[in-house]
Parts: sequence; C-alpha cells; structure tokens
Amino acid sequence: MATATHPERAGPGEGPGATALPAISLERISKTYRSGGEAVAAVRELDLRVEKGEFFSLLGPSGCGKTTTMRVIAGFEDPTTGTVRLHGDDVTQVPPHRRDVNMVFQSYALFPHMTVFDNVAFGLRRKGVAREELNRRVGEALELVELAGRGRTRPGRLSGGQQQRVALARALVNRPSALLLDEPLGALDLKLRQAMQIELKRIQRDVGITFVYVTHDQGEALTMSDRIAVMNEGRVEQLGTPAEVYEHPATRFTAGFIGTSNLLSGEVADTGGGVTAIEVAGAGRVLAAGGAQAGGFPAGVRVDVTVRPEKVAIARAEPRGDLVRLRGTVTEVVYLGSATHYTVKLGNGAEIVVFQQNSSDAVGAAERGDTVWVSWRPEHSSVLTN
Amino acid sequence: MAATTAAEAAPGRRPAGRRGRLAPYLLVLPGWLWLAVFFVAPIASVVSMSLMTGSLTAGFTFTFETANYTRALGLYWEQILRSLAYGGLATLLCIALGYPVAYWIAFHGGAYKSTYLLLVLLPFFVSFVLRTVSWGFILADNGIVLGTLKDLGVLPGDAGVLNSAPAVVFGLAYNFLPFMVLPIYAVLERMDHRVVEAAHDLYAGRLQAFARVVLPMSLPGVFAGVIMTFIPTSADYVNATILGGTHNTMVGKVIETQYLVNNAYPLAAAITVVLMAVLLAGIFAYARALGTEQVMEVQAG
Ligand SMILES: Nc1ncnc2c1ncn2[C@@H]1O[C@H](COP(=O)(O)OP(=O)(O)OP(=O)(O)O)[C@@H](O)[C@H]1O
Ligand SMILES: [Mg+2]
Repeated sequence: MATATHPERAGPGEGPGATALPAISLERISKTYRSGGEAVAAVRELDLRVEKGEFFSLLGPSGCGKTTTMRVIAGFEDPTTGTVRLHGDDVTQVPPHRRDVNMVFQSYALFPHMTVFDNVAFGLRRKGVAREELNRRVGEALELVELAGRGRTRPGRLSGGQQQRVALARALVNRPSALLLDEPLGALDLKLRQAMQIELKRIQRDVGITFVYVTHDQGEALTMSDRIAVMNEGRVEQLGTPAEVYEHPATRFTAGFIGTSNLLSGEVADTGGGVTAIEVAGAGRVLAAGGAQAGGFPAGVRVDVTVRPEKVAIARAEPRGDLVRLRGTVTEVVYLGSATHYTVKLGNGAEIVVFQQNSSDAVGAAERGDTVWVSWRPEHSSVLTN
Repeated sequence: MAATTAAEAAPGRRPAGRRGRLAPYLLVLPGWLWLAVFFVAPIASVVSMSLMTGSLTAGFTFTFETANYTRALGLYWEQILRSLAYGGLATLLCIALGYPVAYWIAFHGGAYKSTYLLLVLLPFFVSFVLRTVSWGFILADNGIVLGTLKDLGVLPGDAGVLNSAPAVVFGLAYNFLPFMVLPIYAVLERMDHRVVEAAHDLYAGRLQAFARVVLPMSLPGVFAGVIMTFIPTSADYVNATILGGTHNTMVGKVIETQYLVNNAYPLAAAITVVLMAVLLAGIFAYARALGTEQVMEVQAG
C-alpha cells in the first residue's frame, strides 16, 4: 500500500478535512515477542486503514496475529516498529485508558466482583458521567443486548452467551469511536452464534460505530463485513470486500482459506487485453480475466489459477461461447438434495470440483465414469501470486 | 434369549447396598476423627477445666466455677486488650508491608517469582525464638542499629527501642509477614490479567484499576492473611517477652505463667477461653463486614 499521499500524513488535524481521515490506521506495524532467547514475529510490517463506520474484519487462522493487531490498536502492546493513528492522531505512545477505542476480549474479561450493572457502568464512571445519565445509558445498553432486568446479577451466574453480551454492552455504552471485538462469538453454539451475528450487525448499523472484528470463521467474516483483511503469518494477504476476497482470491493462501477452490498450475502463454492465457500441461488452456492482477503476468512465468466450484458448469456436449473449456472424467457424484457435487479428473490428473444447483434441467447432467466438459467464464478464474 | 438376559442382569444390578450408601460417610470418617481428637477434645477439656476448682496437688474437680471467668477478666482485661491491640497493629503492618511485596512478585516477578517467594520464606529456616532473640540483639540500646546511630550522633545516648510497644509490634510483624504475603500472592498470581487490561481499556488509570479491580478481587487473599496473622500474633508471648520487657505483657505470657509457674490450671483455661471467644467473635464480625460472598466466593477466572 502506498500511503504517501494520504491525508493523515499531513499530521493530526481537527480541520474540516478531519472527517475523511480513517478511524484507525496502522502504518508499518511490526510486533516481535521475545520470550527467553526466542523471538516470535507476531505481526510483520502491517499496513491497514479502517474507515469510519465500517465493519472491518480480520480473518485468519489461529496464531496469525489477529489478537496482537487488536492489542496494538487498543494500546496493550507497544509495537516494535510503526505508527498507530486514530482519526489521524498518532497514539502510538498513548496508554490504553486514554484511547477512544474499546475492546471486547476473546475471553470477555468481565469483572467478577461486580454486578452486571456495575460492569457496564465502569467506563462511564471513570469518565465521570452524572448519575442520571449513567443510569439511563446503562439501562439502554442492557436493553440493547436483551439483558434488562439482569443488572444485579454477578457475571459468574450468567451463561456464556449472556456474559458475551455483557462484555459487548460494557464496551458499547461508552460510545467509543471504534469497537475492537476479538472473536466475541467464539464460545457460543451455532444457533446463538448466528443470532448474535445478526444482532451485532444490527447494533453496528444502529449506533454507527466502527467495528474491527476478529474471527477465524470465514462464513462469519463474509456475511458481516464491509471489508475483510485476510491475515496469514502476521501479514495481510488480501484486503477487499467479501465479494472481492471470495470471488477473486489473490493468493494461494486466500484461495485455500476461504471457501473451496479449484487450483490448476500452469505457465503463462499469452497475455494482453486484460486476459491471461495459461497453458495447463495435459489439460488445456485456461483464460483468466478476473482479479486485480489479470493481464499483469509476463509470458513464461509459472502461476496457479483458481476457480470456485459453483462457477463451473458440467455438460456431456461441448459448450459454446467464450468459455474456458476442459475435458475430463467424472470420478465422483455426491447428491445433496438442492445441489450436486461432481469431481472431474482432468487429463493431467488434477481434479476439478463442480457444485451444480439441481434446477429442473440440470438434474442428471453427468454420471460417474462419463467423459464430460467443464467450463466457466474467464472472469471467474483468478491468477494467484506466490 | 432368557439365558443372556439373566447373565446380563446378574452382576451389580441390585440397588446400592448399605455399604454403598455409607461409603461417603466412611470416607470422611478419618477427617472427623482428626477433628475430634485434635480439635474438639482439647477445646472441651480446656472449657471444662475452666469451670473447675482445686489445685495440682489436691486435684481438680468440676464445680461449674464461673468465678474463674470473673477473675480472668477482672485481673487480666488489660493484657487481653493489649494483645488484641498489638496483634491488630502487627496485622495492619503486615498488610502494609506484605501487600506490595506480594503484588510486586506476582505482577513483576517474571521468571524469578519462586526465587523471590523463597527469599520471603527464608527466615523460616531459622527457629522462631532464635529469630526473635536476634531482633533483640539488633535493636539493643548499643546494638548494631542504635549503637551506630548513637556513635554518629544522630540519636541521643539514652535513646532505646527495646522494651517498648513498637518493638513488640515490629517483632510480631516481622515474624508473621510471610503468612500475609503468601495468601495475597496466591490470589494475585492467578488473577486473569485481561481483567486488569479491561479496566485500563475502560478509561481506568493505574490507580483506578488497582483500587476498583485488583484490590477488591484480592480481598479473599487479604482475608486469609489477616486470619493467619491476627490469631497467632494476638496469642503470641515470645515477642512480648523478648522484645517487650515487663510493661508490655501480652495475654499469652499470662496464660503461660498461670499454667506453668502458678499451676493455676482453671484460671489459665478461663483466660484461654476468653481469648478464643474474643478472636472468634472478631473474625466473624470481620467476615460480616467484608461480606461473606466477597470472602468465600471463588473468583470466576
Ligand atoms: N505474550 C506473548 N508472548 C510471546 N508470544 C506471543 C505472545 N502473544 C502472542 N504470541 C505469539 O504471537 C503469534 C500471534 O498470536 P495472536 O494471539 O495474535 O494470534 P491470533 O491470530 O489471535 O490467534 P487465535 O485465533 O488463536 O486467537 C503466535 O505465534 C503467538 O504464539
Ligand atoms: Mg486471538
């Protein structure tokens, strides 16, 4: 990311342009933990900009540095290098209690010796909010998370889901400029989780606070986010809207981590006009017009190309039109009711998975052992880097 | 068919027999026996002794002699009060010194926590009486501390610390400090650090986070520490004897004298019962004041 011309470089400002500043920006953040003689690079040269009012997700496998990134934003960790800005102001050296962001911890971290009401009121009391307003706001926050009437309970007496909602109310009630949520739904069962996902999204829309949301659940990230940063080994692999990240994975990691994808290796044969032609030895030629890098590869380079299973069509007759067409043998048919999953083995031994909706004319498109054509539109194939 | 069902039903299908129902009670029996032999029996014998009359040579008989108690209170109320005051002051001093030590070891001890704890416990490797006697040497009028200060002209030549109330209180605090440090440390050590971070996140500075979160959450440790120092310091007589001289007698010394020197067993027993009753009442009042939930509730981690 080239950030040299971005407005926050002009320095902290409260002028008329201040609203255009990103709610959070991380510039070249690195965090290396030293324990004993070992150094663990949890976050490496991370650049991120989270816009105001955005639902921004950090998605990645366990240990990729999501929590560390959040802790750097909240101020619990000093970054080894780099700058943290909130609304353009450099807060790298500002302690957590003076940063206008609140965190919902992975483990909730409720105060066990206080009632639910006192937990939620904690931040407002520190800010010296007058009693009447405090009572009103805490009441509203508890109502928002549907815990009105449980104010006098101790957190230890609540279920996991209820504790999670207390943690949410405790942060939301302060109306911070940004809320950091570290896998807040991690401890919940599927049903409650889905209910809370909808609830969180509703709350975020209603109060208009910037959400930075950590999850390792791709479904959760795709359904809830405005933008997703896919993280791996302390770096951002790809950043974009859910559709961009899903439809056009930029790296092998993203393609493998989000959804199911078909991967073919080949050599760039021809490039131009925004289309890259890749020769896959033993299978045929694949055209790729999707993704940011399409057309940006010189001939002769070895690359991977990917396509999502639901974008691929399967037929006995050769399809017509401007399509990627490959021939293969059906090795597996899994009937799922509303859809059928086919596995097709290509001439080079690679397998292509096809998800086909069982619309009236698609049923029984192919059977095991059939020789078939698989096809898709060039804009649905993405060329992967590294 | 019939053969298999019979074979299946045979082993252990009967409802638990008498032995099964008694098992839990049998299991706690050793515990009850222990309490009966080492707690109930001694207390019962002390209480009954306190209501007897007689002498060591003539033998003691149970006469429900309540006069022992009137004598105990009438003659020694001053020593009893003094014991409670010294014990209380020593306990407060232990909190003031021990809490920061426990806090520092738990939160800043890093990889050397156990080493620091060992250092706190190190004096215990020397006998209690020896330690107290060495304090006597250290605090003597012309000992290492006062002697040096006098030589330097900082203190007048007749200044002294020994044979005074502060010497006793400091001696008690010194001797029982680890009993305060350990339980507080145990609570702080397993405190979830993210809860403290949550306080910082919610706009609490260091002091506020300590006062609102760390301190209240560590109260069960302080409570345990208070009980473990207040009871033995109030009943102690070694410190008062060695460091306090003749004017600062504590009730422990009185009991010892009545028992071992005067052989006035019933009177000694009566004083003992009074002391125990006062301490028990104090602890219950203290637990009430703190709130039982606060003290007893296991902290959710
Ligand atoms: N306090 C610490 N000391 C040493 N290493 C740490 C520390 N905290 C995190 N790490 C290491 O940094 C890396 C990133 O950890 P982090 O907690 O940010 O991962 P995460 O993405 O949040 O994972 P998860 O999804 O499991 O919560 C890991 O390899 C972890 O072992
Ligand atoms: Mg984490």
